[in-house]
Amino acid sequence: MTAWRRRERSAPPVVPRVARSGVAGRALVALMVVAVVGPFVWILNASFKFQIAIYAGQFPFTPTLSNYADVLFGRRSDFASNVGNSIVVALVSTALVLVVGTLAAYSLHRFRWPAWVSAGFLGWTLVFHMVPVLTLIGPWYIAFRELGLYDTRAALVLTHVTINLPMTVWLMRAFFREIPPEIEEAARVDGCTPLAAFLRITLPLAIPGLIAAGILAFIFSWNEFPIALSLTSRLTATVPVGIARFAQQYEVQHAQMAAASVISTIPAVLLMFVGQRFIVRGLTLGAVK
Amino acid sequence: MSPSSLVNRTFRHWSLLPAVLLFVALTLYPLVNLVRMSVSTIAFADGAETWRFTPGANFAQLAGDDVLWSAIANTVLFVVASVTVEMIIGLALAIAVAGIVRGKTWIRTVLILPILVPPVAIGSMWKLMYNYDFGIFNQTLAALGAAPVNWLGSTSLALTSVIVVDIWHWVPFVFLILFAAVEGLPVDLLEAARVDGATRWQVVWRIMIPLLRPAIVVAFLFRTILAFKVFDEVYLLTSGGPGTSTELINLHLYKVFFEQNQLGYGALLSLAVIAAIVSFLLVARRAATAVRAQ
Repeated sequence: MTAWRRRERSAPPVVPRVARSGVAGRALVALMVVAVVGPFVWILNASFKFQIAIYAGQFPFTPTLSNYADVLFGRRSDFASNVGNSIVVALVSTALVLVVGTLAAYSLHRFRWPAWVSAGFLGWTLVFHMVPVLTLIGPWYIAFRELGLYDTRAALVLTHVTINLPMTVWLMRAFFREIPPEIEEAARVDGCTPLAAFLRITLPLAIPGLIAAGILAFIFSWNEFPIALSLTSRLTATVPVGIARFAQQYEVQHAQMAAASVISTIPAVLLMFVGQRFIVRGLTLGAVK
Repeated sequence: MSPSSLVNRTFRHWSLLPAVLLFVALTLYPLVNLVRMSVSTIAFADGAETWRFTPGANFAQLAGDDVLWSAIANTVLFVVASVTVEMIIGLALAIAVAGIVRGKTWIRTVLILPILVPPVAIGSMWKLMYNYDFGIFNQTLAALGAAPVNWLGSTSLALTSVIVVDIWHWVPFVFLILFAAVEGLPVDLLEAARVDGATRWQVVWRIMIPLLRPAIVVAFLFRTILAFKVFDEVYLLTSGGPGTSTELINLHLYKVFFEQNQLGYGALLSLAVIAAIVSFLLVARRAATAVRAQ
């Protein structure tokens, strides 16, 4: 017993000798780490340069915060309002998709729906997840114009909830499946109503799933570009649309584009360091199940 | 009956209802609308839309759309080339990282960042690096005394440059899926092979890769289908140019809808894309089941 305990505590797991990478393997890992980090370093570097220093390819250079100041506070830049819109849309759509998706996943997991309902629903979410979202933007454009929702953050919230719903349902369903049904059955025997059993017993056990789905839904909404590009104009545009504006103007504003891009990666980098465990679980679970 | 017991009794039904309503309103209804739009010509005048029933016109345009055919060819080339390279590098990387003794978690953190940052930011990173005058590639070439290369502006090279960006973006995804699978391999089986005198290469080729086959198939299918969704980076890097050399199917759709304002014809194209993806899904599902049964 004590030996077993000691062994359990002796993390990290040892890589068996047969599975260890040789020189070629380690070289590949080093190369790929550099290849992934390189572009981030390059753009971070460019974001602190004056436009003229970028053009001259100067190195070393005098670092400046003027690009960030221009992007966030410049009179000709809407980027600060882009950031505000992105935060509102991502937060609201994440909250909504967690409620709607978790309820649906629980319903499909717990209750006996006829096969055509459950298989039909899950199959359709899968198909919708695979189809390029641009195919539906035309009808969305017409429908939102008719409803007076074109160029509003409400339209973005609704569409972002829809595109993140398949991921949330599949993820939460996988997490619910890992909870032993006996726990909830015991609560029911003790007189819990179905809703109370869900809210007080099962949902707290599925909190890791909620965190994983929530982080991913927030990131995907924050990153989403084609819908925001097609359904918004200046006042409701989000961060990716703002970045594209810097890149698409007649004269590309490289320094501002770099600064805006660096700002846009902050949520992903922060969430990666805070919740890596959940992100990895969420991304792999979606693909494996 | 009290309201709370009503909520309880109907819990089964209302729990699924919001998701179903959302899907009906925002996916099924638009799909039906696509069919209606695909046989119409839609015009906007003074903020009002007018629909005319012109089923023949959109189909005639489809048959005569040369850009569409080059977009299809570009898309197929893009998907095949990028997914092939992503699978090879991703698999090698998964096995290599799994064999690192110290710092695995740290390496994984760095390697999966590209999946999480905005694709538009990836587009602008590479737009800077590919720049003709001051990008890192041409600066390096200049330092070596070579002539600069027009990475995004030449018709022969632009698609390759775009494919490289997609590989950078999505190798991490293939890596992540396969890394989880490698970490789950039974260690004693690998040890046994080594005891029997197998070399490291033989262990990788004869034991690891065959055992990883289900995960490889899953990663491959996911990447292939999701590769068709590419839009953001390409919009930023080249917007389909020069000419139509990087015009992928989604860029074509976007231009037909929002630059040429042809909503009817765009709807017909959308339906064709959806039909193509669904048939691919059906074939892929059958293939995946066949591989699993083996």
